[in-house]
Amino acid sequence: MADYDIPRSLRYSREDEWARADGGRVTVGVSDYAQQQLGDIVYVELPPVGKTFEKGEPFGVVESVKAVADLYAPIGGEVVEVNAALSDHPEQVNEDCYGDGWMIVLAPTDESELEALLDADAYAAHVAERSP
Amino acid sequence: MSPLRRTPLYERHRALGARLVEFAGYEMPVQYGSILAEHRAVREAAGLFDVSHMGQLHFDGPGAEASVARLVTCPVPTLRVGQVRYALLCHESGGVVDDVTVHRTAADRFFLCVNAANVAKDREHVQRHAGPDARVQDRSDETGLLALQGPASARILAALAQPDPGALRRFRFAEGRVAGRPALVSRTGYTGSDGFEIYCAADDAVALWDALLERGRGEGVVPAGLGARDTLRLEAALPLYGHELDDETTPLEAGLDRFVDLEGGRFLGAHALRAQRAKGVARRLVGFELLGRGVARAGHALFHGDADVGRVTSGAPSPTLGKSIGLGYVPAALAPVGTDLAVRIRDQKVPARVVSTPFVGRR
Repeated sequence: MADYDIPRSLRYSREDEWARADGGRVTVGVSDYAQQQLGDIVYVELPPVGKTFEKGEPFGVVESVKAVADLYAPIGGEVVEVNAALSDHPEQVNEDCYGDGWMIVLAPTDESELEALLDADAYAAHVAERSP
Repeated sequence: MSPLRRTPLYERHRALGARLVEFAGYEMPVQYGSILAEHRAVREAAGLFDVSHMGQLHFDGPGAEASVARLVTCPVPTLRVGQVRYALLCHESGGVVDDVTVHRTAADRFFLCVNAANVAKDREHVQRHAGPDARVQDRSDETGLLALQGPASARILAALAQPDPGALRRFRFAEGRVAGRPALVSRTGYTGSDGFEIYCAADDAVALWDALLERGRGEGVVPAGLGARDTLRLEAALPLYGHELDDETTPLEAGLDRFVDLEGGRFLGAHALRAQRAKGVARRLVGFELLGRGVARAGHALFHGDADVGRVTSGAPSPTLGKSIGLGYVPAALAPVGTDLAVRIRDQKVPARVVSTPFVGRR
């Protein structure tokens, strides 16, 4: 099985997004497992600032050479920032998925939804279940 | 579901960490690392592909030439020993059974290299229409096939092969040895770059694979999978059966006129194709580039203004051009280069324009 980076400080959705809470805002991206599964990412479509999503709703799309994947909001909230750099440099998602490859920042509707997300151990188990 | 088949190189693919996918009933490597890196290696140095899943149908006997000529769209009597031509196998309707390469190995011996997904269909078609005094043998399972593609290919092979494949012209082949094993080396490929296809005994495929990777290391060779093979052939606007070609599509609609001997050919489907050319084709395959962001994919609708005018048959980001390209069928009136189209990607119509093909390389 390949190695995947799963930082302990983050929370994860079962759809392979990560969420990081910081000062009432939640930054969202995709996990190392997700970016490795997708391969070379060539296009990221993100929502406009001001749009509101419910937990589990698709908020964008990421495309690699061979595949297309929806991005799902790990918690509900309003988009207060998007990573505009990904428009010209989608490869940042492959290179640094937990850093420069971040996607959106949400103002959470209900911060307690974070608690329902997987912690690093539970997410590692979820990844292992799907790895050959 | 029947279990997936494996080529002789399956264990090598596993050991290299390839991601394996189902393709034409085989478990095949789609990528070893990055598709983009494998694509660039082929354009700039070399890539080694396992295409042992492809099929080989051999013809021999005094009636071999007449049988092959009855089956394929290219001229056969003028095909010399050691020469290869690309051609189509057609139904009587003119629809494409498969696209193939035709190799003449002796005055009365030929083989067709055919798509893996079509081996059984082709074998049946060929056996039904081959004339008397010709024996047809399916040697797909006993044959290994490696494709070494990219500008460094000739240098890599020069050290391993006799006779020197560097002396071969394009679409010529020679039988000799590679890494001490009997092999047929053909200066052909499916990438739009210079390169060779190396036919060998299935049992020798691993030894040849290892020798080519070892010898090619200093030249930048990498193992390359079906993912890069697809983006490379798309940049070269080479059709893929099941996408640009099928039983209901004719070679003329696909723009393959120069591989069809309409004047002299007496192959199956010639009558229908002559009639179609006289009448004019209603739809044509075009190459397009996206003018907006996104990636066109097979199945997306093509628009001209508000009208839904066709479908994308293949699409991908072009690693060489840095933009999205694709192929698709449109009414013949919309085929000229420069025509404005749009591709519906999810809920958006992204502007596109018909461009000349191939997208990359020789024009």
